[in-house]
Amino acid sequence: MVPVPAKRIDGTLASHAVTLGKKGAVMALLLACACSGWAQKLPDPRDPFESLNRAVFTLNDAVDRVLIKPVATVYGKVTPYWARKGVGNFFGNLVDVWSVVNNAAALKGKATSDSLGRVMVNSTVGILGLIDVASDLDIEKHPADFGLTLGRWGIRPGPYVVLPILGPFTLREIVALPVDYYGNLTNHIDDKSTREVLTVVNAIDVREGYLKAGEVIDAAALDAYSFTRDSYFQRQRYREYDGDVPESPEIAPEAP
Amino acid sequence: MNRHLFFRLIATLLMAASLGQAWADEEAPDAFVKRISIEVLDTIKADKAMRSGDIGRIVTLVDTRIMPHVDFQRMTASAVGPAWRQATPEQQKRLQDEFKILLVRTYAGALSQVSDQNVVMKPLRASPDDKELVVRSEVRGSGDPIQLDYRLEKTAGQGAGWRIYNLNVLGVWLVETYKSQFSQEINAKGLEGLIESLTARNKSNVKKG
Repeated sequence: MVPVPAKRIDGTLASHAVTLGKKGAVMALLLACACSGWAQKLPDPRDPFESLNRAVFTLNDAVDRVLIKPVATVYGKVTPYWARKGVGNFFGNLVDVWSVVNNAAALKGKATSDSLGRVMVNSTVGILGLIDVASDLDIEKHPADFGLTLGRWGIRPGPYVVLPILGPFTLREIVALPVDYYGNLTNHIDDKSTREVLTVVNAIDVREGYLKAGEVIDAAALDAYSFTRDSYFQRQRYREYDGDVPESPEIAPEAP
Repeated sequence: MNRHLFFRLIATLLMAASLGQAWADEEAPDAFVKRISIEVLDTIKADKAMRSGDIGRIVTLVDTRIMPHVDFQRMTASAVGPAWRQATPEQQKRLQDEFKILLVRTYAGALSQVSDQNVVMKPLRASPDDKELVVRSEVRGSGDPIQLDYRLEKTAGQGAGWRIYNLNVLGVWLVETYKSQFSQEINAKGLEGLIESLTARNKSNVKKG
């Protein structure tokens, strides 16, 4: 949603003022001033908790810079490429397992069979998921978590919420978190320390994968918070439609 | 110049003109995108300096091989929104220049990570009469495939016959994202404030290297 700039509001009010006469003009002027003050910080209707979210975002950024990013950087430098690929593939295979369930729940036939095919090939020939044979066979990935399934069942995303450490979500995805936790096979391992190690390794590996993207965002965004938020919503819509977003009528570009 | 040579010259010119026209008319939009993408990727893969992160060289590549095919004024006008019409021509030029530097550098930064990627075009969903359409592609290589979509406008007879005016990476449209970035700045600091923010960002990006 693009915030309406103050000038447009002023213009509309001004035209009404002409018909209202002197008193009306004064009122319209006062309203315009109030509105332009309000327009300074136009709230995004998708983000009613913006000031709180911004605070958490800043906190997450600090923790990331101080702790997570350096660890991920070292991980990237120290582990050989094939080892990181194996780690990524292993956890990617677990994602495929959960995706089978969610694609089926959303009644997506092809996505379900693709995900199932991936799991079967990668878990066997691909040695428990370490080698991504399925991608070499061109079987597409259709990642799907429970948040996405809720969306496909018609549940709207709800407000944007930035969680400490975990990052950006919408309320729907937060509600889905416990279910996704259950759907991640590593969380069914009995041994607590093994579970914890696997969780940390996965997190570091994922973070390492986003290091370069993070640099691009740092350079490209004027405001990292709103850039992240807008990208998150666009990406959510993209995932809901599995890459096939219906053409929204392009907002008419300004005549130069 | 003797007559023989003169006629040969005319014949060659006519042939070149007709070939150029035919090519411009016939290059399909997805073939155009594929050609440019492959050119750029191949150049980067073959250039050691670019692959080891020489951003300056990649910026030159983007400027010479990609930017001529981009309708940058339209991109900037769309991203700036209604405030564009209230901007003076000098402000419009400054906006365009700074936005261009920002995008070229960002795009170059992303391109510096190319290693073994190749581009696959997705089926084109457009009718031959469309003046504007979306071309979808996928960059595949190590890591998850990256969806890359382009919005093209027809510019018959000029250049390759098509120009890019919006770019989508993994579902995120560039112009839309910058629209809200820019309107936030304009609301807070006005148009001049936006130009200053862009200029400051470009300076700090250069410092970072």
